[in-house]
Amino acid sequence: MHIMEGFLPVAHAAGWWAGVVPFLAMGTRSLKRIVREKPSARLLLGAAGAFVFVLSALKLPSVTGSCSHPTGTGLGAILFGPSVMSVLGCIVLLFQALLLAHGGLTTLGANAFSMAIVGPWVAYGIYRAMRGAGASLGKAVFLAAAAGDLLAYVTTACQLAWAFPDPQGGFIGALAKFLSIFALTQLPLALAEGFLTVLIMNALKAHSADELRALEVLPAEGVKS
Amino acid sequence: MKRQTLWLIVAVLALAIVPLFLRQKTGDEEIFAGADGQAEAAIAKIAPGYTPWFKPVFEPPSGEIQCALFALQAALGAGFLGYYFGLRKGRAQGGA
Repeated sequence: MHIMEGFLPVAHAAGWWAGVVPFLAMGTRSLKRIVREKPSARLLLGAAGAFVFVLSALKLPSVTGSCSHPTGTGLGAILFGPSVMSVLGCIVLLFQALLLAHGGLTTLGANAFSMAIVGPWVAYGIYRAMRGAGASLGKAVFLAAAAGDLLAYVTTACQLAWAFPDPQGGFIGALAKFLSIFALTQLPLALAEGFLTVLIMNALKAHSADELRALEVLPAEGVKS
Repeated sequence: MKRQTLWLIVAVLALAIVPLFLRQKTGDEEIFAGADGQAEAAIAKIAPGYTPWFKPVFEPPSGEIQCALFALQAALGAGFLGYYFGLRKGRAQGGA
């Protein structure tokens, strides 16, 4: 989902940056509050960031014959809420833009919007809705992480179609092209991200049940599972 | 629980490995290229006149060095996750 450096017209690049700033401000506030009120959760916060580092470095082959990578932002969104992930996601994107020439500074706004805002918010929304409807933790985590991953890539396709409408087909024509590159490729990877997030959540349940209770992912009075 | 863990790992490995056998190299076309790069090519087709207006501040001088930096990124993340779970497990066993 990385739009390459300089590959968005100036107005689009600036617009996406402007759209990201309020989320970053909100995320920084939320991050400070968590560190202040739940100091014991700091390490887990680091682990959620580390999960994004690992997953967004793993370029995997897909059925379409091209390669892409998961995002890893669903886990943190479920644990700490989506706005925290806008900050963690931006840190990863900045690392990749500065050291790897993967993505870019001018396109960081757009890339952050897809990977660090849309992905986490979709994951969080689906997780809350499914848990509210009585779904098990595992099912909710799987669907939330997979959908967040996929929607991040759909967002990238929309951003590119908006910036580069097809001379014949317009926005829709271009969207079809970019979706065929990003969304199809991402489908199996989104499933993989869903499974991996459930794996990590199971490990957290086994080793960090107290922290999950403090974050209200597990019920407060629950017996150790 | 244990059984589920095993199946989850098998599923992830299958999703990563099976695609490798679905595409065979024919001629000179590049297979398993990055989707980001393909999007770049699609832009060049849709808007041939577009030239990027900004260049990366630093570009890894070769693909190998870029690989090393990606490996570094994954190692940093995996290293911290290992530290986190090791610490939790150690504490639960009364080590700290």
